[in-house]
Amino acid sequence: MDLSFLEAPLIIAGITGVFAGVIAILDSIVNNYGTVTLSINGGKKELSVEGGTNLLNTLSSEGIYLPSACGGRGSCGACKCQITSDVGPHLPTETPYLTKEEMKDNIRLSCQIKVKTDLNLQIPDSLFNVKQIKSKVVTIKDVTHDIKEVVFDLQGETIDFVAGMYMQIVVPGYGKIKGSTQRAYSISSNPSDNGMCELLIRLVPGGIATTYVHEHLQQGQEMELIGPFGDFERTMDDTIMVCVAGGSGMAPFKSILFDMLEKGETGREVWYFFGARTLKDFFYMDQMKELEKQWSNFHFIGALSEPQPEDDWDGETGLITDVLDKYLKEKMGDKKKQGFLCGSPGMINACNNVMTDNGITLDQIFYDKFA
Amino acid sequence: MAPDIHPLMLLVASIFTSNILLANFLGMCSFISISKDIKSANGLGMAVTVVLVITAALNWAILKYVLIPLDLLYLRYIVFIIVIAATVQMLEMIIDRVSPGLYMALGIFLPLITVNCAILGVALFMEIRSYTFTQTLFFALGSGLGWWLAIMALAAIQKKIQKAPVPAGLQGPGIVLFTIGFMAMAFIGFSGMVNVQ
Repeated sequence: MDLSFLEAPLIIAGITGVFAGVIAILDSIVNNYGTVTLSINGGKKELSVEGGTNLLNTLSSEGIYLPSACGGRGSCGACKCQITSDVGPHLPTETPYLTKEEMKDNIRLSCQIKVKTDLNLQIPDSLFNVKQIKSKVVTIKDVTHDIKEVVFDLQGETIDFVAGMYMQIVVPGYGKIKGSTQRAYSISSNPSDNGMCELLIRLVPGGIATTYVHEHLQQGQEMELIGPFGDFERTMDDTIMVCVAGGSGMAPFKSILFDMLEKGETGREVWYFFGARTLKDFFYMDQMKELEKQWSNFHFIGALSEPQPEDDWDGETGLITDVLDKYLKEKMGDKKKQGFLCGSPGMINACNNVMTDNGITLDQIFYDKFA
Repeated sequence: MAPDIHPLMLLVASIFTSNILLANFLGMCSFISISKDIKSANGLGMAVTVVLVITAALNWAILKYVLIPLDLLYLRYIVFIIVIAATVQMLEMIIDRVSPGLYMALGIFLPLITVNCAILGVALFMEIRSYTFTQTLFFALGSGLGWWLAIMALAAIQKKIQKAPVPAGLQGPGIVLFTIGFMAMAFIGFSGMVNVQ
């Protein structure tokens, strides 16, 4: 039998095989970085890890979770950390997320840095506290037509957080969305309830995580949470706290205010301005009224920008910034004040302007920078 | 039969008179798309040159010692492409390890070279014209340098064009294609120097 027709396929297979073999051998030699040491915060923690993967994943496999909203795809710019040893110049994938000052300080996006040699890192100490927790959804409640209050049971785990911090939820792939997505939401529950976690999630049209929570998430379902993160918290002095929020920006203030009440910090004067369009966007009014009753120095000012006739609204109307301006000028006196903001970037900008016009300097205004 | 051309002559010819880009119009896609800034053009030109020399040498050896003796010349297209793809892959891994700086400078351009037709073109010319090993090396080096020169020239011209009042209908790829045409005509002016086919 003539087998010469096998010659061509065999030659192709042979050549391909030889190259595949060479590549495989080369890969195991070249990409074997061996064990490297990560020295965190000047030797406070030393990790021996396998080199070859990116820093974000290497750290999370060792139980240290840097904040990350995109899961390491380099599209959120959240996983910043300072690398004090030399890892080469900034990559084109990093520069859009870093300011000039950050670049000078060797701040890097950890998801873009491949661990090849021993590294010295600086991360906030609070990140050692971050855990990945398999939680269970206890309740999902509509608080307005587009905001859901979701309560997670941490199933025996606890989170140690300061009121105002946020958690990341890990949304599994669904429908056309491949791979998991992480998004950050401020914790609205009280720090003393550390076996559970309550988040307020507003539906963003087209949003991956919010659509999942609003349309797919079921009671009793398990969900990964990572956190707590963030440095938005109340100061511990005697200034007047001026808090401004809109929509799901209610979350950190609910946590902060009830924490203050519980810890007996009711001597401090607090003004909380909450803005909504119509009454149907307004929520937690009862809880705030209740808080006012128990805490004479607490003032809750709700304002509707477009009150409807059927709302029967007798409170403040207009944009929350105008209401804020009026109160700052007319009702709140000359005592030193501090600003606390949570809402859209546009709202934060506008409030910053109103507050600085009324003598609150920018270093006395606090907010989280995520939208 | 190998043509009787001195390798150095072949080197000069492949840079100027029969420039792989401007006389043979090979490798146009990356030429047009990566010529917007000089730094990237430089990185890509260098990468193309290195890959050209290595793959031409490998392909020459495989052609001479495997395909011709076994009378399997018709497999050359597929074999050449396998060699090019594998070489680029290996080169990428080695550069990543040995010189992270260069790896970053080349960035996405290195894998893109796999589909650069100038690389396959040189391998096929080498076969059609029955070059010797030395001739192949010099031809590949010359073609690479010629490609590098052409993309650097185009990048420099494009920098000028950015400030020029280009008619609306010609903006973007239109004026770039015109420019390449003029460049090709200019390079034809070299053709009296040496003539190699």
